[in-house]
Amino acid sequence: MNLNFTAEEKNFQQEVQQFLQQKLPKDIATKTKKALHLSKDEYIQWQKILHKQGWAATNWPIEHGGTGWTPTQKYIFANECAKAGGPDVIPFGLKMVAPIIYTFGTQEQKQRFLPDILASNVWWCQGYSETGAGSDLAAVRTTAVKDGDEYVVNGTKTWTTLGQYADWIFCLVRTGEPSAKNQEAISFLLINMHNPKISVSPIITIDGRHEVNEVHFDGVRVPAENLIGAEGKGWTYAKVLLTHERTGIARVAISKDRLVQLKELVETSPDGDNKLIDDAIFAQKIANVEIDLLALEYTELRTLSALSTGQAPGPESSILKIVGTQIIQAIDELYVEAAGYYSMPFVPEQFHDDYDGQHIGPDMATNSSLRYFNNRKTSIYGGSNEIQTNIISKAVLGL
Amino acid sequence: MDFSLSSEQQMIQDSVSRFILNDYDFDTRRKILGSTAGYSQENWSVFAELGWLMLPFTEEDGGLGGSMVDLALVMEEFGKGMVVEPFIATAVMAGGLIALAGNQAQKDDYLPKIMAGELQMAFAYAEPQSRYRLNNVKCSAVKTNDEFFITGEKSVVLNGNHAETLIVAARTSGETNDNNGISLFLVDAHHPSVKREGYANVDGHQAADIWFDNTPTLGLLGEQDKALPAIDNIIDKATLAVCAEAVGAMQIAHERTLEYAKTRKQFGRTIGSFQALQHRMVNMFIEHQQAKSILLMAALKMDSNNGRDGKALSAAKSRIGKAASLVGREAIQIHGGIGMTDELDVGHIFKRLTTIQFLFGSTDMHTTRFASL
Repeated sequence: MNLNFTAEEKNFQQEVQQFLQQKLPKDIATKTKKALHLSKDEYIQWQKILHKQGWAATNWPIEHGGTGWTPTQKYIFANECAKAGGPDVIPFGLKMVAPIIYTFGTQEQKQRFLPDILASNVWWCQGYSETGAGSDLAAVRTTAVKDGDEYVVNGTKTWTTLGQYADWIFCLVRTGEPSAKNQEAISFLLINMHNPKISVSPIITIDGRHEVNEVHFDGVRVPAENLIGAEGKGWTYAKVLLTHERTGIARVAISKDRLVQLKELVETSPDGDNKLIDDAIFAQKIANVEIDLLALEYTELRTLSALSTGQAPGPESSILKIVGTQIIQAIDELYVEAAGYYSMPFVPEQFHDDYDGQHIGPDMATNSSLRYFNNRKTSIYGGSNEIQTNIISKAVLGL
Repeated sequence: MDFSLSSEQQMIQDSVSRFILNDYDFDTRRKILGSTAGYSQENWSVFAELGWLMLPFTEEDGGLGGSMVDLALVMEEFGKGMVVEPFIATAVMAGGLIALAGNQAQKDDYLPKIMAGELQMAFAYAEPQSRYRLNNVKCSAVKTNDEFFITGEKSVVLNGNHAETLIVAARTSGETNDNNGISLFLVDAHHPSVKREGYANVDGHQAADIWFDNTPTLGLLGEQDKALPAIDNIIDKATLAVCAEAVGAMQIAHERTLEYAKTRKQFGRTIGSFQALQHRMVNMFIEHQQAKSILLMAALKMDSNNGRDGKALSAAKSRIGKAASLVGREAIQIHGGIGMTDELDVGHIFKRLTTIQFLFGSTDMHTTRFASL
């Protein structure tokens, strides 16, 4: 066991740093660092830059266009990106549906979908949750009824993140008899969103944003060739996808960088006096989160190094999800606390490029609450932390 | 010892409670938030007609002579409806300062108008560098030819955008952190040298950042250089008010969560039947009860000490802050995704419970203050 990077790893680190310095657009980096929201175009612009470098798919095996990186390389890349303000890729295509397609899809499906995902030519979204199927995901009621060589899809998906931009959606649908046991009736279907019988309606969240949606399917005809794997096996695939999703959710590198920035922030003050870092209680709160994060970083490294490239992580990924989201939320709370009174004003428009009004408070202050509110979702989505606890309890501890 | 309400107290509690129930449901509040003013003038008139705006003032000043317990009763009910009308800014803080520090002429000028619902006011004290330190005042008032002129900046002034008249804490002598040398001034909010940038806060309450540039005043309020004790006193009173509001809001957050857990079904049963969630809802209940108790403690102690007991007040703010944090977060988490939506009240309660934790001093600040007093 050795903590130090090898010479090759150091070279790789320099290569990543150089790439980010030269290719990461400054405005995107600034926005990401300030935790502001990127537009669809900005995400695509960045992902295409990554693709050109051959670094869009850090989790994929080489044969499909992935980087084939070692866990250490992934670690280096994530940390350098976070430091430089390189945004996370939108996960739905690159990190979620692609592993399902290259693991369970046909040769034809791989050829048809993977290149466009890799090149960020299409925007994917996730059709999992429904009003009656949240934590109990297997209770999905959206139906796909076979009619010749097509499925006819009816139902409504919810919490579809950035579905308003999506070209394609991957869905869990019921294909079996209505009486069939939930898990055995679920299939995994890819659906083109450009269909007049699909409508997307926004859900506004407590931070005032339109990030999630309801997606309605009203007799949507989907070619049967868009089914992944076998009918009734969707639940198995979905669970694999969720473990991929959970690992990404930990966001260790980003939390590390946000803590670094927070410390810089509280080492200053508007008039140079009364720095918050000199408040022993606040300093200790930061230290406690930092210590937790150090432990999580090594839990993540242990998990990653136990895996070879492209493999799905096991139920241990639930630890990463639980602790990672606790830390995200704890850091958000510290930002709110650091902002003091300036955590209160709700002026999201002042972060828009075309805003020419009076700025209220420091940027890092007035979006602190919005981020704190928004990130309450992290302990709910991707399988709520309660569900993760159940998974560890059953699958790891055998309780 | 007697914890029962007097008949007058019962009456005022019933009256506010009825108002919230009948006239301040979530959709009505949403419409108010969406209006240009961000609060309802009509409701403000109702507050005046029903005498609620008279509550914080002594009978000598033309008020109802309400105690801290009375104030807490009203605010707890307000918390259940998440009332956004500027009761604290105008009646408790600005009106309170005039009652506390003003001369008879100033009281005669302002208090009847406040109580009649005819005047909106705001107290501008916090500055970009001050955080929760009430003695940290840079904004200065300089005397020229017997008249004071104010220059400086004030942050997140509650009701600052709607106030006709402002009360401004300004430095008349000493250094930024000196306890001595702070004075209060009445200022015409519409004076051309006053620049205001108004906005809504994340909890729906109206506020403004305000810049003064050699602004003339409408007069000194209280003794020159000696305003800190009055500021301290009135911020404590406002703090008690938001503590009570939080207790009311927590009750609703808990009730909504219980209702949801008893009806929402997953895995073929109500989620309230899962022990993992039952214990957490019990914890929310315990937190709410503890918060309600310490609020009563603080209000009673303040009442038995001429309205002042910083230690008791800080104990309440600290404990209620902790409770508000847990209850707010758990209400969202147990609701799941639906708790994150703008259309449900629970997310709005969570937001108000969050701002209250940091309003008038954070939980940690009040814990430290409790230990130091």
